[in-house]
Amino acid sequence: MPMSVVVWIVEGTWPACVDAARAHTSTDADVALLHVTPADVPGAAHGAFAGLLGRGHRERDPGTRLEHLAAASAQELLQSAADRLGRPCTRTERTGRVEREVVAAAEGRDLLILARDGDRTHLGPHSLGPASRFVVDHAPCPVLLVWPEASPGLSTMPPPPPRP
Amino acid sequence: MTLRQRPRPIAGLTRNGRRVRCRKSSAGVTPGAATCVCPLVRGISFGVTWGGSSATDRKDPILNTQLAETLSAVLLVLVLVCAVVRPFGWPEAVVAVPAAGLLIATGAISLDDALDEVQRLGPVVGFLAAVLVLAQLCDDEGLFQACGAWMARTAAGRPRRLLALVFMAASAITAVLSLDATVVLLTPVVFATAARLGARPRPHVYACTHLSNTASLLLPVSNLTNLLAFAASGLSFTRFAALMALPWVAAIAVEYVVFRRFFASDLDAGAQAPAGGEPPRLPMFALVTVACTLAGFVLTSVVGVDPAWAALGGALALAVRGLLRRRTTPRALLGAASVPFLAFVLALGVVVRAVVDNGLDEALGHLVPEGSGLWELLALAGLAAVLANVINNLPAVLVLLPLTAPSGPGAVLAVLLGVNIGPNLTYAGSLATLLWRRIVHAHEGEVELKEFTRLGVYAVPASLGAAVLALWGSLAVIGGG
Repeated sequence: MPMSVVVWIVEGTWPACVDAARAHTSTDADVALLHVTPADVPGAAHGAFAGLLGRGHRERDPGTRLEHLAAASAQELLQSAADRLGRPCTRTERTGRVEREVVAAAEGRDLLILARDGDRTHLGPHSLGPASRFVVDHAPCPVLLVWPEASPGLSTMPPPPPRP
Repeated sequence: MTLRQRPRPIAGLTRNGRRVRCRKSSAGVTPGAATCVCPLVRGISFGVTWGGSSATDRKDPILNTQLAETLSAVLLVLVLVCAVVRPFGWPEAVVAVPAAGLLIATGAISLDDALDEVQRLGPVVGFLAAVLVLAQLCDDEGLFQACGAWMARTAAGRPRRLLALVFMAASAITAVLSLDATVVLLTPVVFATAARLGARPRPHVYACTHLSNTASLLLPVSNLTNLLAFAASGLSFTRFAALMALPWVAAIAVEYVVFRRFFASDLDAGAQAPAGGEPPRLPMFALVTVACTLAGFVLTSVVGVDPAWAALGGALALAVRGLLRRRTTPRALLGAASVPFLAFVLALGVVVRAVVDNGLDEALGHLVPEGSGLWELLALAGLAAVLANVINNLPAVLVLLPLTAPSGPGAVLAVLLGVNIGPNLTYAGSLATLLWRRIVHAHEGEVELKEFTRLGVYAVPASLGAAVLALWGSLAVIGGG
C-alpha cells in the first residue's frame, strides 16, 4: 500500500516542505497538501466592525470579505504547492485553530511534513513557533520537521552546562 | 445643519455651554427650585419636570428625580443592549429614537434640553456624515486599491517592511478619513496585499484593527469620539491637531514595537510571491481632493468657520465627479452617509444627557479627577479606558465629556486618549460586544481570546501611558489655548 503523507502548507515556509516531500517519499506516495486558514484573522475584522457601535449594515462587515479573500488565497497557495510538487496529489483546505486542524488532519497518516517557523538563526527550541510546537508535541503520526532554508551551523548551539 | 463654532466653555461656570444646574445648592433645595442660589449664576432658573408638570408643583421632587434617573438609566441600558445585540437585524436607531422620545414625553429630559443636545450634536453629526461619504468616494476612486498596490510593491516580499507600510497607511487613513475607513475599507485591502505577497496575514490585519483605534487620536475627524470632544473642548481644529500630534506618534510607536515583538515568528516566516509588477495608477483626483480638504480644515479654523464645511466641500467635489462618471449613485451616497447611524448618535446623545443630568453627574463627579497635572491626566485616561471597555467608547465619551469639560481642554483630551486607545484591550472594542459575540459565535471559529487579550495587555497600557505623557508635554509646550 502506498505511503500516506500530509504536507502542511504555510505561507512563507511551504517550499521547503514540498521539496522534502519530493526528496523523502516515493513517487507513488499518496500526498495530501494541507492549508489551514486561521479563523481568528477574519474574526478580528468581524470583531473590529462589531466594536463600531451603531454602524448597522452587516453587508459592510469586512470580516466577510476577508473570509472570501482567504479562501481564494488558500486555493492559489495550494495550486503553487501542487505545481512545485509536480506529482499527483490531493489538496485540503481547512479553517479553524490552525494547530488543532493540522493534528486532526494527520490522524491515520504515515507521515506529517512541516517546517520550523520560529527563530531560524539558532539551533534550539526557539526555532519552533507556538503553532508548530503544538503540532510536533501532539502529532498522532511520524513527523518530518524541516528547516525552511539551510539550517544554522552547530556553532549557534548554546554551550553545554558546566559539569557539577 | 448649524455650522459655526461654539463658544469656549468657562471653567466651573458652564458645562459645555449648557445651562448650569445646582442641585445641591442648599439644604432643602433640590431640583425643582425656581432659582439657583449659587452666586455666580444667580437668577438662572431650572427645573425637572415629570409627566408634563414642573417639579416645583410636586410635593416630593426627590422621588421624581430618582424615577427620572431610573427610567433614563433603564432606557440607556436598553438602547446599548439593542445596539450590541441588534435584535431582528434592526438598525440601532429603531430602539434609540423612540427611547429618546419617551424620555422627552415623560419629562425625564425637558424638550428644551433635548433640543439643546440635538443642536449641539447636529454639526458633529453633519461633519461625520461628510467624512463617511468622503471615505467611500475615495474607495470608489480606487484610492485603497492603489494603496494596496503601493504597499505590495514597496514591501518587496519582506513581511517586516510590509508591517511598517501597513502602519503608515493605516495611521494616515485613520487620521484623515476616520477609523471606519480603516476597518471597513482598508482591512480587506491589507489582507489581499499580504496574501498576494505570500506573507502571513495575521500581523497586518491585527495592525489595522489596533490602529483604527490608536491612530484615531490626531484630528477631530478621525473618530466620532473626537468630534464630540472637539465640540465640547472649544479648541480650534489646528490646536486640537497640534496637541494630539505627539500623543498620536507616541501611541503608534509603542504599538509598532509591541507588534514587531509579538508577531516575530509570523514576520520571520518570509514571503514567496514575486513582488513588483506594474506601478499602481494613482487616483490623483481623490488624492488632491483629500489634500485640499485637509488644507481646508486648517484654513477654516484660522478664519473661524466650522471645519465641517471643508469636509462637505471635499465630499461634494468627489460626489459630483463620481455621479458624472457614473461610479456612484445618489442612493449609494445616501447609504454611505449612514442616516440611521446619525439618528442613533443624536438619540443616544439625548438619552445619555437625561441620565447625566438626572444624577449620574453627581455620582460620577466624585470619581472624575479635576486639574490637568500628569497624575490627573493619567487617572482620567485610565477611567475613560475602563468605562469604554465596559460597554463602548461612544456612551463613555458622552458621559465623561460634560464632567470633564469644566477642567479645560487637557482633561477632555485625556478622556479621548482613554476612550480611543482603551478598546484595543478586547478585539471587539468592549466587554459587552465581546460577550455577545462569544454567545452567538460559540461554535464558529472566533478569535482566540487569550491570544488577542495578551496583545491588548501588552499594547494598551504602554501606548496609553506614552500618549498621556506626550499629551502632558504638549500641553506644557503649546498650552490648552
